[in-house]
Amino acid sequence: MIPMLLSGLAAIGFIAFSAMFLIWLERKISAWIQNRMGPMMTGFHGTLQPIADTIKLLLKEDIVPKGVDFLSWWLAPFFVTVPVVMAFLVIPFSPKWIALDLNVGVVYICSVTSLCVLGIFMAGWGSNNKYSLLGGMRSAAQIISYEVPLLLSVLLVVMEAGTLSMQGIIHAQSHGWFILKPHLTLAFLIYFISATAEVNRVPFDIPEAESELVAGYHTEYSGMKFAMFFVAEYTNMFIISAIATTLFLGGWQGPWLPGVVWFLLKSYGVIVLLMWMRWTLPRVRMDQMMSFAWKVLTPIALLNILISGWFMVK
Amino acid sequence: MISLLPDYIYILFFFFLGIVFVASAFAVSWFLRPRDPSVAKNSPYECGEIIKGDSRGQFNVRYYLYALIFVIFDVEILFTMPWAVVFRQLGMVAYLEMVVFILILALGLFYAWKKGALQWQ
Repeated sequence: MIPMLLSGLAAIGFIAFSAMFLIWLERKISAWIQNRMGPMMTGFHGTLQPIADTIKLLLKEDIVPKGVDFLSWWLAPFFVTVPVVMAFLVIPFSPKWIALDLNVGVVYICSVTSLCVLGIFMAGWGSNNKYSLLGGMRSAAQIISYEVPLLLSVLLVVMEAGTLSMQGIIHAQSHGWFILKPHLTLAFLIYFISATAEVNRVPFDIPEAESELVAGYHTEYSGMKFAMFFVAEYTNMFIISAIATTLFLGGWQGPWLPGVVWFLLKSYGVIVLLMWMRWTLPRVRMDQMMSFAWKVLTPIALLNILISGWFMVK
Repeated sequence: MISLLPDYIYILFFFFLGIVFVASAFAVSWFLRPRDPSVAKNSPYECGEIIKGDSRGQFNVRYYLYALIFVIFDVEILFTMPWAVVFRQLGMVAYLEMVVFILILALGLFYAWKKGALQWQ
């Protein structure tokens, strides 16, 4: 009972802290890439900026536009944020720091994180706004399309490790990270591209393309509801990086430093890569994006499974 | 048979924790925020123009086709997961059976491709 409560509270605390830190980091990295300073006024190098933002969002008026679909409008923030909290159940921060090492951990985290698409679509539908509906539709189509190559690359890791438990997969990498094996390097590339699309980041940010859709599915949201979408977005980024770390980068394994430090270093390293991409690459077109998922990534992932399966079983 | 009940209790606990997290954020903001609605403020955003037509209009049927193909592939991958865990122990027969399964699916994908279901226009 007590460990359950503690792990839950730790997860909530981590989500809040991590989202704030990531928002600060994103603004700083974008500033450095564009040769600006970024937030500097609140605290040392703007470190208190996320707290100021949170207070501002708490004090914002809650605007409910005319003609919203009330139920889906209200439930959408829950549907994007609750799965994010649930995913933290199986993230292995260190050999000891995992809320519960489910024996189907990989399937659990993949299924829970893909629930977010429901919330996104409900937000798009409920908002009674053309931009939101378009953004929600695009986002749903994109997330479900990239779910397939993502799961196929995860499947290859499961084949290699022979277990679905998150800790088990990390233990299977004690003689070398999975990313160092050629077929899993390919799987990592597929995973990374698909995961970028899953969290609607550049170059796959068609659903929230600011210049054409305002902000996509959360155009009409304000105040705390908007904040929930933001928390979910940034925490999802952490979750996909944590999955990448667990499945391909050896998890908490590493010399000298304690496991949790290694895990966070690797995860935030992947996140920095994602942010770097956001401020470097242009956006791809909708048709290019969809055909890339179905005509390039999925066949490659299927072939990869067939060929490396042959070598594993031979 | 291992009891799975503790696992489900953990999952349920995290589910309710998520709900409490969002609801408490909403509750705090409910006490603090101002309330001053007006007609202009509450109209949906459309670049500041007066809204034209219904916002829930027709949309491209392509989205639906992609969703259909996705459902098939998602279920297929879920079927393949247990196989992936044990296929080394089962050996060549299990591998060949999965090859047949995946080839049938690939055939389906190829068919959808040729039929133009994956074409975005």
